[in-house]
Amino acid sequence: MQGRWRRVVRTPLGLTATVLVVAVVALAVLGPVLWGSGAGAVDTDAILARPSARHWAGTDNLGRDILLRVLVASRLSILLALLATVIAVVAGSLLGSAPFVLGRRTGRWVSAGVNIAVAFPGLLLALFFAVVFGVGATGAVLAIGLAGAPAFARLTQTLVAGVAARDYVAAARAVGIGRFRILLRHVLPNIAEPLVVNATIGAGTALLSFAGLSFLGLGVQSPSYDWGRLLYDGIGMIYVNAPAALAPGAAVLLAGLAFNLFGESVAKGLGVPVGGGLRGVGSARAGAASGPERTDQGEEAGDRSPEVVLDVRDLEVTVSGPSGPVRPVRGVSFDVRRGEAIGIVGESGSGKSMTALAVTRLLADHGRVDASRLEFLGDDLLAPDTAVRRRTLGTTLAMVFQDPMTAFNPTRRIGAQLAEVATRHQGRSRKEAMARAVDRLTAVRIPDADRRARQYPHEFSGGMRQRAMIGMGLMGAPALIVADEPTTALDVTVQQQVLDLLAAIREADDVALILISHDVTVVGEVCDRILVMYAGRIVEDLPAAELATAARHPYTRALVDAVPDMNTDPTEPLATIPGRPVDPADVPPGCAYADRCPLADARCEAEDPLLAADPAAPADSPRHRVACWQAGEPLPVRPDDRSIDDLVESP
Amino acid sequence: MPATLTVPSPPVDPARPRLWALPSVRFGVRRLRRLLVSLWVLVTASFAMIHLIPGDPVRGALGPTAPADLVAARRHALGLDGPILVQYLHYLKGLVTGDLGTSLASQLPVSDVVAQRLPATLILAGLAFLTAVVLAIPLGVVTGVLTRRGRGRRTELAFTTTSIIVATIPDFLIGVALVYVFAIQLGWLPVAGDATASAYVLPVFSLAIGPAAILARIVRVEMVGVLEADFIRTARAKRLPARAIYVGHALPNAVTAALTVGGLLLGALVAGTVLVENVFAWPGLGSTIVRSIITKDYPVVQAIVLVYGVGVLIVNLVVDVAIALLDPRSKIRED
Ligand code: SF4
Repeated sequence: MQGRWRRVVRTPLGLTATVLVVAVVALAVLGPVLWGSGAGAVDTDAILARPSARHWAGTDNLGRDILLRVLVASRLSILLALLATVIAVVAGSLLGSAPFVLGRRTGRWVSAGVNIAVAFPGLLLALFFAVVFGVGATGAVLAIGLAGAPAFARLTQTLVAGVAARDYVAAARAVGIGRFRILLRHVLPNIAEPLVVNATIGAGTALLSFAGLSFLGLGVQSPSYDWGRLLYDGIGMIYVNAPAALAPGAAVLLAGLAFNLFGESVAKGLGVPVGGGLRGVGSARAGAASGPERTDQGEEAGDRSPEVVLDVRDLEVTVSGPSGPVRPVRGVSFDVRRGEAIGIVGESGSGKSMTALAVTRLLADHGRVDASRLEFLGDDLLAPDTAVRRRTLGTTLAMVFQDPMTAFNPTRRIGAQLAEVATRHQGRSRKEAMARAVDRLTAVRIPDADRRARQYPHEFSGGMRQRAMIGMGLMGAPALIVADEPTTALDVTVQQQVLDLLAAIREADDVALILISHDVTVVGEVCDRILVMYAGRIVEDLPAAELATAARHPYTRALVDAVPDMNTDPTEPLATIPGRPVDPADVPPGCAYADRCPLADARCEAEDPLLAADPAAPADSPRHRVACWQAGEPLPVRPDDRSIDDLVESP
Repeated sequence: MPATLTVPSPPVDPARPRLWALPSVRFGVRRLRRLLVSLWVLVTASFAMIHLIPGDPVRGALGPTAPADLVAARRHALGLDGPILVQYLHYLKGLVTGDLGTSLASQLPVSDVVAQRLPATLILAGLAFLTAVVLAIPLGVVTGVLTRRGRGRRTELAFTTTSIIVATIPDFLIGVALVYVFAIQLGWLPVAGDATASAYVLPVFSLAIGPAAILARIVRVEMVGVLEADFIRTARAKRLPARAIYVGHALPNAVTAALTVGGLLLGALVAGTVLVENVFAWPGLGSTIVRSIITKDYPVVQAIVLVYGVGVLIVNLVVDVAIALLDPRSKIRED
């Protein structure tokens, strides 16, 4: 508890507010004692005087010192505000807990009434009650107190409902304890803290509102005076002596702000602390160490056929972590040829999605991208963004994201979101673009596309939305589609449809595809080539056809093995890869997989294996690359895992 | 937040299931019902106001020395001498026919008083709201973009602190400060009245600055949130220019939430005119209601409270409809 309070005082705003509140309360206590007589003294020599050495803020029309009156007025102002706050909190919490005590039926009426009252501004309610209770300090206290009640009632209602749902309340109810007792015993103690914090803020608001009522002439009446009343008197002589209005105004403001900000800081301080986690690029710059530290051995350097759509060399992504920069992608090289389908697989945290976002330059603020080469259709993507490049990318590079529920803008019609590509990048008119959008929706097998185009994303099913997303990529003439877990968020029944659609598009238009998935089966089915990623590296690059039979990296084999197949005994639990993925903030010096690898030896732990052409790979698959010191070695048999046996015997 | 009533939903008429199935129809009916209930509560409250006054309001208004027959006559003039139910029905009938009673102070029909004073208040509130929106949205969007994903920590802190403080200052104090600086010290702008165009500047800004600060803060927070959303990544994948992403895709989504709060602010702004009008001697409803409260001119007070209340209800309705149009999901969400 003390630590939490200290947190309040530690912020500059919190500290200032705390000091101010203490000062204001001290003034309220001591003010009238110290200056009470001085404030009432009439100086007939100086009536309506401007500020002077004797009267720092001048005098009023009876020659009384304004500054002293402001200081003395603090007690009445604060006292009345506190009284009003007490009324607001008491009335509000009674109303707010009524639904709990009175039960559903009666409670519903109370909360309906509160809801209606809350919709009206506090000042209007205060005026209403000021009429009922009459002009004067008492009336104003009641008016401001009752006007504040609905907001507190709403707050209490929410808080009570939160606590009432908890187990111990249900338990107390089940035992037959009365609702009123439960409220006192179990509910109120749990909501006291937020109520008190809000009451502090409320006190500030009450102080300011009270000044407002007094300023209107509806609050404190002469000869008593609070700050609002002094302001009321002062505004009349603002031309003669401005401080007569400014001094009480400043006092109200300072005191009101003090309570308000104190409450807000306490609320923040007692809440959940902010901080930690991966943050933006702002600090990535600070600690990011130099360029690529090491590289995969690419497919023979210089071998860049015109067929290459995407060419990636030594790609690194750096993000800033809580303790320095973290590198979730650590030197990745690959290329994608026209019409080729590449699958990238790996567990979550392997860097596969980061890689996809980095090569398409969509990482933006999430991290820094370095590479010795990053080219799409011969275009250098590392160069700064230009309008021309946006146009090229916008029409030739398509993205499909994991969650079609959130990937569309909820406030715009599907058709318009597709059409935007054509109006932006192809200079088409709205009408032409819309026609194209409908055509593309039809192309991705959305029935009744004309009508569908006019609907909003929430009116689409998940599978249909994902197809529309693919349709969006087809607005131009894509050379590459990057699909990041396109089926993961979908129903099993529609997953296949989406995969089939991607496969069909690829075949029809010779579009290259990068398919990112945690699921080896999915990529194996759709892709020609598979990149297996682990801890921000490619650990194996192999033809999809060899996945089941000729995978050489222990991790790839474990992934394949984790897939249930005909030989899996359905009664056995699924084989999983033991151990945890590497924390990108803490990558070991040797092979990153060594911790989990059954073949790991001393060399593995000391030296980092490079991704290199696999010497043992069959001659008909020259592009098979692997990063392992013991690639293809038989895996030891684990007694509890029969499917491993199968794998070991299979090569 | 507009009032949410949990009244059991009406039975679905099997003859017209199609119409009722439309979300917009359901939304409209529900919203209308809420409006009517709120309106009824408001009217009843304004009727009850005079009866809630402890003691005898007529005697209170006329003073203890007034002769008894004058009190009785006045009570009759106010319609306070029949059984309460009759009075209530009489009051309702008056409202429907536009008869709001007669001012005790001026002997003029209250409807004339309101009609004469309302335009000045409407213009003041409308201009102030526009000013607040025009100030807040660009400010919120720009700081939102500058502080996205934990960038610009200092900008964020400075902006948040300033806006919290500014938002806490009541409008009438801003008014006093503006008068001091611009009317008295600099002498640029008139201090009171609505005679010239320049006389609008200070009252409008006094009312607008606080709401603008709150609104800008909300727009910023929403922008920061929206900029993290997947559909922004989609917009970037479409390779739209930055401005199209921020204004075309992020802003509409940020504004939806801002609008909810904006509605509350506008409601508060309607009431805030009362204080500001009194600072600037603005010839609107606000200065009238205060004078009437002090002189116990109850028919005028009742009518103006009613007008303010209706104003707030209309604002809430407009905001709800605007949100429903802007964010098509909200109609369904409430179901
Ligand atoms: S290098 Fe060693 S530890 Fe790494 S995968 Fe190969 S055998 Fe396992």
